[in-house]
Amino acid sequence: MKQKFDIIESRCIPLPLENVDTDQIIPARFLKATSRDEKFFGDNLFRDWRYNPDGSINKDFVLNDPTYSGEILVAGKNFGSGSSREHAAWAIAGYGFRVVISSFFADIHKNNELNNFVLPVTVSEEFLAELFDSIRKDPAMTVKVDVPAQTVTNNATGRTEKFELNAYKKYCLMNALDDIDYLLEHREDIEKFEQGRRR
Amino acid sequence: MNTLFDKIWDSHVVNSIEDGPQQLYIDRLYCHEVTSPQAFEGLRERGIRCFRPSQVFCMPDHNTPTHDQDKEIENEVSRTQVETLRKNAEEFGLTHYGMMDPSNGIIHVVGPEKGLSLPGMTIVCGDSHTSTHGAMGAVAFGIGTSEVEMALASQCILQQKPKSMRISIEGKLGEGVTPKDVALYLMQQITTSGATGYFIEYSGSVVREMTMEGRLTLCNLSIEMGARGGFVAPDETTFEYLKGREYAPKGEAWDKAVEYWRTLRSGDDAVFDKEILFKAEDIAPMITYGTNPGMGTAIDGTIPQESEIPAEGLESFRKSLEYMGFRAGDRMIGKKVDYVFLGACTNGRIEDFRAFASVVRGRKKNPDIVAWLVPGSWAVAKQIREEGLDKILEEAGFEIRQPGCSACLAMNDDKIPAGKYSVSTSNRNFQGRQGPGSRTLLASPLTAAAAAVTGVVTDPRTLLQ
Repeated sequence: MKQKFDIIESRCIPLPLENVDTDQIIPARFLKATSRDEKFFGDNLFRDWRYNPDGSINKDFVLNDPTYSGEILVAGKNFGSGSSREHAAWAIAGYGFRVVISSFFADIHKNNELNNFVLPVTVSEEFLAELFDSIRKDPAMTVKVDVPAQTVTNNATGRTEKFELNAYKKYCLMNALDDIDYLLEHREDIEKFEQGRRR
Repeated sequence: MNTLFDKIWDSHVVNSIEDGPQQLYIDRLYCHEVTSPQAFEGLRERGIRCFRPSQVFCMPDHNTPTHDQDKEIENEVSRTQVETLRKNAEEFGLTHYGMMDPSNGIIHVVGPEKGLSLPGMTIVCGDSHTSTHGAMGAVAFGIGTSEVEMALASQCILQQKPKSMRISIEGKLGEGVTPKDVALYLMQQITTSGATGYFIEYSGSVVREMTMEGRLTLCNLSIEMGARGGFVAPDETTFEYLKGREYAPKGEAWDKAVEYWRTLRSGDDAVFDKEILFKAEDIAPMITYGTNPGMGTAIDGTIPQESEIPAEGLESFRKSLEYMGFRAGDRMIGKKVDYVFLGACTNGRIEDFRAFASVVRGRKKNPDIVAWLVPGSWAVAKQIREEGLDKILEEAGFEIRQPGCSACLAMNDDKIPAGKYSVSTSNRNFQGRQGPGSRTLLASPLTAAAAAVTGVVTDPRTLLQ
């Protein structure tokens, strides 16, 4: 969903696992929809971890633990690897996350998040380890993500880091613009490019 | 600098946004039924047409059943998705190869075999295994649905240029070691995130000597190392493969094309952001034991001990082995197998069927094994019959199904039941990938065939004939 980004301050949901692939974020059997129904995808986010095979709720999974809540998902390194399915980003957005923090994101999934106005924030291994530790000690602790300043702060320890975000994407996020808006404005350049190639 | 990747990428840049991505021109867009419907819906919402319909090719492959394709798909949701692609292709004026069309098959098998994927092109599809087409000497990579919409709307996408990596494999592969084993070895060595942020150029004597289909398998698995894509510089093997294919240039245009394609190579002075060298002699037939494709071992090896795993990865490692029902330190040979799957965009081509048949010839399928042999396309299915491989396979107790992605991701009925072990020639062993609760061991067609006749994980080198 297109929405403007500024400063987000929120509690976090921790998922301290590495290599969380998009098949776990949204299993293939939920990819059969033909519309972009974020609620449907959000309801099935981490489906096979959230529910037991008999359909009952898996109380051990963090999304089912009332101790944790918030708009920020904190995950181990190499988050979103595997399949290019954008449904994974729709599921994350549909569940209500606006930010995902990890020390490393898979490329395609990172783009998919950005194209759906979910902000992937890449932090250092040290920042991530400390953040998991802070959440464990106090699940009510908060993190501040300041998009204009491109900083992320662990409010429990005060540790702050700069994160990468190119100027173009930052402008898009802060103004709720997407790439198609840009491309449609530049159709003439595309035609010129095509003519140049034919020569 | 001056790498082949730079040459192809840079020649497709329409605009560079200051402190932002580049606007990249796309030569081919492939669409399948799963990741395209929301893109077409987006076009309709914006009230726009497809910008260059002649450069877009559509075909269903993920949901297609592998039997009775002449009948309606039983699952209503699958049927709707397949039907939606046909309607969208019609509405937007795009080429569409529907089910039962002799041109249908897995998009990454069909693109190369029809000569649609050519050297020097940029190729995208809403599918991470688009990297397969890199074998033709193209810059090919997977994208999300929003980007499919961009490509439909403008024949361009906005992308940050990845860094370049060269992986060279020198020497001679041992008997029974296939391109699939090479790829599984690379993943095990550099991990599933080792090439994230990079585009890989594969080179070295092993790659130069590899057949086109072997290169397709290798490039297919680039994404499993985290890379956006991987490619092989075009050479005589490429031109030989492409000549005479339906969409390949013909006559004078062919000569001109080959002349240009010969220039597509990294300069002798090329500088890569990263270079890695591997020795062919270090590579054995491989098999995976865990829940990501990097968790593999030589087939006669063992699962690592916990002491060999870095601390931050330990929880994931334990969770993975628990899911698989394995213990750290276990030997792989002799482990019980329930299902065997030959197919997918990774290993669903004629050479894969030949390899499988070479092992099972004169032997019998183990009675406890359920085997699904799924050609990657109707063209592959036809060639299987023409070469008489169907007879060899049937005599050994195997049945050949109809083409599609099938049990690689189990969006159709081909699901491995919970708790069962599958030796699979596909590309991912993620939890539940082949069906909820399924346990996948990735391997080559030779290793899959060895398991199919013995009922357990078996070193294929002991069965080569």
